[in-house]
Amino acid sequence: MATVQLKSVEKAYAGHKVIHGVDLEIRDREFMVFVGPSGCGKSTLLRMIAGLEEITGGDLLIDGTRANDVSPDRRGLAMVFQSYALYPHMTVADNMGFALKLAKVPEAERNAKVAAAAKILKLEDYLDRKPKALSGGQRQRVAIGRAIVRAPKVFLFDEPLSNLDAALRVQMRIELARLHKELDATMIYVTHDQVEAMTLADRIVVLNAGKIEQVGRPLELYERPRNLFVAGFLGSPKMNFVETAVQSADATGVTVGLPGGHSIKIAAKPARVAKGDRVTLGVRAEHLVVDPAGALVGRADVVEHLGGEVLAYVDIGGSMVVAKLPGHDRIVVGDPVSLAIRDGGAILFDAKGEAMPALGA
Amino acid sequence: MTATVPLPATPAAKGGGRAVRTLPFIAPSVAVLLVWMIVPLAMTLWFSFQRYNLLNPFLTGFAGVENYQYLFEDPALWSALANTLLLVGWVLVSTVVLGTLFAVLFDQDFFGRGVARLFVIAPFFVMPTVSALIWKNLLMHPVNGFFAYVSRSLGLPVIDWFTNIPLTAIIVMVAWQWVPFATLILLTAIQSLDRDQMEAARMDGAKSIALFRYIIVPHLMRPIAIVVMIETLFLLSIFAEILVTTSGGPGVATTNLTYLIYVRALLEFDVGGASAGGVVAIILANIIAFFLIRTIARNLTA
Ligand SMILES: Nc1ncnc2c1ncn2[C@@H]1O[C@H](COP(=O)(O)OP(=O)(O)O)[C@@H](O)[C@H]1O
Ligand SMILES: [Mg+2]
Repeated sequence: MATVQLKSVEKAYAGHKVIHGVDLEIRDREFMVFVGPSGCGKSTLLRMIAGLEEITGGDLLIDGTRANDVSPDRRGLAMVFQSYALYPHMTVADNMGFALKLAKVPEAERNAKVAAAAKILKLEDYLDRKPKALSGGQRQRVAIGRAIVRAPKVFLFDEPLSNLDAALRVQMRIELARLHKELDATMIYVTHDQVEAMTLADRIVVLNAGKIEQVGRPLELYERPRNLFVAGFLGSPKMNFVETAVQSADATGVTVGLPGGHSIKIAAKPARVAKGDRVTLGVRAEHLVVDPAGALVGRADVVEHLGGEVLAYVDIGGSMVVAKLPGHDRIVVGDPVSLAIRDGGAILFDAKGEAMPALGA
Repeated sequence: MTATVPLPATPAAKGGGRAVRTLPFIAPSVAVLLVWMIVPLAMTLWFSFQRYNLLNPFLTGFAGVENYQYLFEDPALWSALANTLLLVGWVLVSTVVLGTLFAVLFDQDFFGRGVARLFVIAPFFVMPTVSALIWKNLLMHPVNGFFAYVSRSLGLPVIDWFTNIPLTAIIVMVAWQWVPFATLILLTAIQSLDRDQMEAARMDGAKSIALFRYIIVPHLMRPIAIVVMIETLFLLSIFAEILVTTSGGPGVATTNLTYLIYVRALLEFDVGGASAGGVVAIILANIIAFFLIRTIARNLTA
């Protein structure tokens, strides 16, 4: 059992607030990912949970007990740092066993635990080496091993993969997912990379400027983002946004104008808007299809053939939208293109950037 | 005293393997340095085999090993060697220990840290003669000194530092001058310690003492080796402090090798004998430098 609860947690540096009242519950054995742009406060939040930063306001509960003033080593957590933070003068085995040594665990037991962790991480052959003699991926595994050996209630990761090259990052991502299943532990993972967030998380917390924008399962966030920020942050290529205005709104949906004079009816609840209100139409690239009768008409400006798919950047009277087309599409730059939106593929955001609920939702 | 320092073997910089031949560029400076070193060294060696006493200009000519024989039969040489090693050793120990403690202390955040750092560095900027005079007359003087005043106020016996424990007094004085250097180097080293590493250790449960022992001290081994090496080269030739305070006495209790050479050359005017002492000093410095450089080179590549 290991749950972590944040109750209106705040952080201020010299009076300057960087975390503004975060409420969050992390469930037992959950893989929770904090994602957000650089500087939004992900690390600060994680470090407050770890006990490395003072909590300015609010409460932190670990397994239901208030832990604000518990020292970092007594919270039952282990952290993996972005820089690995290995002890350079100790061997891999000593690095992994350091916490146990300080806790005066008998040597035989310590060695057994280190060996077990080394086995999980395939580090058996490197136990006598110094960190300097290891590759980036191996160092990363030692850092994880150091956490595993302590058998913590909660694992904390602060951008653990961002110092690795692209291929290794993918491989370590898969290993982390496997590790989570194998260890069956609660994990909190910070990243600015939305792909890592989408692939690893049971649930994602999207942070922006020290506030939670949305919490939910990856697909939930992807398909039903609460606002423009979440919609734009998750997904690659980025969701298309077209600024427009409401032409009519009634019980059957909201009709908005499009550049080029067309209009389109979206199945959204009309409650919050009236004719003439400014709204933003959001469509993901994969929800755009080539259709001669489509409402989005323009010319292909840039075309990227990626093999399995084609990304076509289409200029529709001033705004650019990107469509993800099948790989066999032979579209070339300059072609006239008409695009239609798949049913249910559009989201409307009101003037404040909040998503409008779909009809029937 | 000149110490010719053997350099650790580096990959040979051969002109041929490179695109640009560097020898013509470095040759002038190498030549100047070589002359700079070789000339005094050669003259010292030459004089050490000559009969050369300023008090008796008619006594000249080749002396063979006479100067050396005389030197090695003189008990003052052995006591000077011992004093030199004691002085260097104890100053090294105290400056490294105190420097480490100060470095850890001044790395902490506290009110007035900037001013405190300035004060701990200050002794380094005091000229050796001035600091020796201050220690002798204001601090360690058995009648007027501050230490005597403190002892008397506490009802303790007064120590006449330069009479009873003269070498200790010199060691204390010199250590006071060199603690700032060690502190400065070690403080910058501590500041370069990875913050994540400290935090990882904290999460692993390392409290102040364990943090110091397992993280900070290992991190400082290399800078400590550098401090030891640089200080050694300067401490082997301590002179002003001895001249100003004890003049090598009482007897020869505070005569180190440098001071012995000074006595031979400029008080007894025996240039030949002094040169022989100089050669011994050069050999000593080289032996120490050899071991130091070897350990440090291993430290740097490890
Ligand atoms: N020690 C500090 N002092 C002052 N401001 C800080 C400190 N650490 C972080 N901040 C500020 O807090 C904000 C959040 O930082 P951080 O949590 O590191 O962001 P992230 O990890 O999401 O990139 C940033 O604006 C940063 O400038
Ligand atoms: Mg960060």
